[in-house]
Amino acid sequence: MVSFKSLPEEELFLAGSTACQGCPASLALRIAFKALGSNTILLVVASCTSVLQGSYPHSAINLPLMNAAFATGGATASGVVAGIKALVKRGELEEEPTVLMWAGDGGTYDIGIQALSGAAERETDFIYVCYNNEMYSNTGTQRSGATPIGAWTTTTPGGKVQHRKDIAQIMIAHRIPYVATASLAYPLDFYQKMLKAREIRGTKYIELLAPCPPGWKFPSSKMIEVSRMAVQCGMWLLYEHEDGENRFTGATKRMIEGKVKKKPVVDYLEVQGRFKQVLASPEGKEAERMLEEDVSESIRRLHGWVPEYI
Amino acid sequence: MRVLETGNHFVALAVRSAGVEVVPAYPITPQTQVIEKIADLIAEGEMEAEYIPVESEHSACAALISASLTGVRAFSATASHGLVYMHEMLHYAAGIRVPVVMANINRALGPGWNIWCDHQDAISQRDTGWLQVFVSSHQEIVDTVIQAFLVTENRDVLLPMMVNLDAFVLSHTYMDAEVPSPEEVKRYLPPYRPRWRLDTRLPVTHGSVVYPVDFSETRESMKEGQENAREIIREAAKGYEEMFGRWHGDLVEEYRVEDARHLILAMGSAAAECRVAVDSLREEGHSVGLLRVRFFRPFPVEEIRRLCQDRDDLLVMDRNYSYGLSGALYSEVKGVLYGRTNIPVRNLIMGLGGRDVTHQLIERMAVKAWKGELDDITWADSHSTKSHEITKEMLGRFEEMLD
Repeated sequence: MVSFKSLPEEELFLAGSTACQGCPASLALRIAFKALGSNTILLVVASCTSVLQGSYPHSAINLPLMNAAFATGGATASGVVAGIKALVKRGELEEEPTVLMWAGDGGTYDIGIQALSGAAERETDFIYVCYNNEMYSNTGTQRSGATPIGAWTTTTPGGKVQHRKDIAQIMIAHRIPYVATASLAYPLDFYQKMLKAREIRGTKYIELLAPCPPGWKFPSSKMIEVSRMAVQCGMWLLYEHEDGENRFTGATKRMIEGKVKKKPVVDYLEVQGRFKQVLASPEGKEAERMLEEDVSESIRRLHGWVPEYI
Repeated sequence: MRVLETGNHFVALAVRSAGVEVVPAYPITPQTQVIEKIADLIAEGEMEAEYIPVESEHSACAALISASLTGVRAFSATASHGLVYMHEMLHYAAGIRVPVVMANINRALGPGWNIWCDHQDAISQRDTGWLQVFVSSHQEIVDTVIQAFLVTENRDVLLPMMVNLDAFVLSHTYMDAEVPSPEEVKRYLPPYRPRWRLDTRLPVTHGSVVYPVDFSETRESMKEGQENAREIIREAAKGYEEMFGRWHGDLVEEYRVEDARHLILAMGSAAAECRVAVDSLREEGHSVGLLRVRFFRPFPVEEIRRLCQDRDDLLVMDRNYSYGLSGALYSEVKGVLYGRTNIPVRNLIMGLGGRDVTHQLIERMAVKAWKGELDDITWADSHSTKSHEITKEMLGRFEEMLD
């Protein structure tokens, strides 16, 4: 069993980051780097992570890093993996580095979905991490395909009226060997999933919920708490998909097994400013019901049915 | 090795000889034979390279860039809509300074859908930072693809290069040409030694945020790369001639220009047709020569200034159009001559969307130009066709519906 004490001490995410206070992406990078180690090539598509790494000529990231254009995540990884193969053929590389592509939900759900799908279909050997803050946080919090129904963003001033996509399911449909979700409230679960992904050949997709304090409108000190509440109410389900099987993990597993009670979605919504407007409106109850239904539908899709105690 | 092949297959054979290691590509007419041939060569074990069958041209260029950044020699090919779909990534390749080479099979842009030759695709990528060369024969395809890597990989350049060849006229016609073997090319083109790369032994961040205080210098260094490329292109052409005995020009190719009163300027396969026109006009007693512009970027500023001085006039042929101004080569030529000469410069627009460029038409237009019978810009082969008449009739019916 992995414990915090057993995590490698080496820090590949150094001081000098220009991230916001309480930034979930920064913490996620730090954990991911501990799991993958220094023999890793990091690729970052345009997102908050392009900005938080520091600016020229400084970088807070002590890995070889290429910043890539917004729509190119999957393709950029394919190019690097092919380059590595060529270097191995030449005899210039003894140990193949792990290729980690790091993208936000905009770069994954929306503009980058084609390149990601292509890379997965080509069975490119890399780990794709989507840190999902459910909006375009970097450009000032506009809606994305990952924004849940009811959420305020600058381009959904009355609250979003459409459901979010289920991109992890789209990735599962690509028949890639490993798909997993993670949360910063359960860092060891995330760490172990990264470790596992490193050992598997082919395309690995890991999606991490990344509650963005300024975007979701909650105090930066509550980032971990909001992450935990998302899991506890079922709005964010922790699971793995491997060998054709879905497997719930950690807190979600306990919830599905009835060992802990699922909390109401509204508790999670109420701590965030982005749902304030919709909750106060005449449609507030309806939005709450639709989000609860969204949770049930997600569980049904993964599990086949929704246990009656949920 | 002397072989009879299509222009597209010659691209593939030259790519093999150049020791390319990664080829990401997406099929588009009329480029498909290039990547089919490369896929074949790899499958047959005749070429050691990673082929990445990407799902779009935007991704092809993205993978081209990232593969190159690992420190290997990378190549791709595209055409037309594929090239303009890459537009963002063309800027990216130049900005992140990867010495990649890409063949572009010059094809018109739709709508209306048209798979045939013109230069609109390449011309609209003018300001991306890529070096752009236009070739005019099958042999020149082979020799230019090989030279391209020597130029781009030069540490004083480190900018990508686009090798332009005309759709069908060059891409699909068969000709015989000499293809140097990979071993022969190795003596001319040493293995790629990147100046920087994605390397875990020296972790460096590529393409990070650059604030206004530092940005302009990064662009100025790209400008330097293009400026430096002029001399390096000349040396690469000279070195190639010394080793393989073939010369296609450097930034330009001169044809019977020495004593010529009139000059024609053109790019691509139409320039080969101009050669025929020059010969027959000479036979009729006209003093005319051809300046074939090979490199559109870097633009042959000195060559054009030097060679266009003291002529009676210039006739610039464009197989493209910059809407709202003129043909692209025409405006560049006038730009570099401004304030240095007062000779008339006229523009012929012809050969758009694969319309045949004949030496007879060039001759007719040239004589008219010299007699002063042409406007500054002439759409030389445009005329109303039966189809256009039918369309006009339909437009009339729409008008009636509005009444």
